[in-house]
Amino acid sequence: MSSPSVSTTGSINGKLRLATVWLAGCSGCHMSFLDLDEWLIELADCMDMVFSPVASDSKEYPQDVDLCLVEGGVANSDNLALILQVRARTRLLVSFGDCALSANVPGMRNMLGGAEPVLRRGYLELADDSGVMPHAPGIVPELLPQVLPLHEVVPVDFYLPGCPPSAARIRAFLEPLLRGEAPLMEGAEMIRFG
Amino acid sequence: MSVSTLTIDGQAVAMAVGATLLEAAREVGIAIPTLCHLEGLSPVAACRLCLVEIEGSGKLQPACITPVLEGMVVRTDSPTLRDYRRTVIELLFTEGNHVCAVCVANGHCELQDRAVEVGMDHSRLPYRFPDRAVDLSHQRFGLDHNRCILCTRCVRVCDEVEGAHVWDVAWRGEHCRIIAGLDQPWGAVDACTDCGKCVMVCPTGALFPKGDTVEEKHEDPSQLVALLRARQARQGAPP
Repeated sequence: MSSPSVSTTGSINGKLRLATVWLAGCSGCHMSFLDLDEWLIELADCMDMVFSPVASDSKEYPQDVDLCLVEGGVANSDNLALILQVRARTRLLVSFGDCALSANVPGMRNMLGGAEPVLRRGYLELADDSGVMPHAPGIVPELLPQVLPLHEVVPVDFYLPGCPPSAARIRAFLEPLLRGEAPLMEGAEMIRFG
Repeated sequence: MSVSTLTIDGQAVAMAVGATLLEAAREVGIAIPTLCHLEGLSPVAACRLCLVEIEGSGKLQPACITPVLEGMVVRTDSPTLRDYRRTVIELLFTEGNHVCAVCVANGHCELQDRAVEVGMDHSRLPYRFPDRAVDLSHQRFGLDHNRCILCTRCVRVCDEVEGAHVWDVAWRGEHCRIIAGLDQPWGAVDACTDCGKCVMVCPTGALFPKGDTVEEKHEDPSQLVALLRARQARQGAPP
């Protein structure tokens, strides 16, 4: 399998333009990213964080992103719109963690066969008498019928399994990329699920 | 004892007639990945992970049930075999609902181990998300069909070692599943001796002790060999 090239293109100062995105996941992958602790300071020296729920105030996903870690599967209309935008504006897209790779725990609703039975269960059957179905077009995104892994929606360049991927695994993935090399994704330390 | 001489990955091997290719490969230290196979139980070639190439045969053959033959030339590793093995594992992951993160066997699962070995960093096949049941009717154990890979180790150990024959395989294709008794709730099957051997040999989190939560199932299938040796020793010992 050929590996995508990893040189920077979009940056002004020669730094890698990095983004992280949070779709249908628990944020655990992002917490694990923050577990990189002091290495984050080294990372900041060689990249610009241009979009991230934990490390940036940008609300709009920017153009010319070199590398984006995407946590979570594609579960609703907002997730879908964002991942299409991310794919169009990003050179290397990383499926980050088991939810992005397999839909994982959010995907357990898929077995119920569609969004409607899930909403009915959550908002009516388990509610007291005041239960109502959520419906606020433009405010609350509509659930898609199934939660999908990223690569079933858009092309993905790298896969980083784990629930969550440990900080050590994230670092072992990012370090070669920063040197312009493709990470070696093999062995239990790098690709074991769960 | 009649002996067959064959070649596996370029190595000459002499094996007793009746031995399998898997035994021959292991004899000379060549590792062939397996999942349904378990020492102490009869082989059934259910998982297809141990497929090998045999010169002169257009078909890949499962090493666990293919007997050695004089002059055989066998290859256990090739790009084709590697692709088949990864595909087999992807089929198993996508056919059921193996949500590793919330599984009793997470971290101690043979399916996870094999996925690492075949280099599965994601599944190239689409996930099916089938609607499957969980049977918690037994007093001590549970059966989660979502995590069952139909290796039939439970069926075999119950029949061949415990002699109770509680388990069987029913239905076909995507409806194929393990059943207790005559497709009864496990807890309602009188033949079950509650011995737990099926739980011990299950390679995933499909069969589990009821108190176990995420990552807590630690059964060791290789204990079966120790059990069989002890039984053999007792039977062989003078009264």
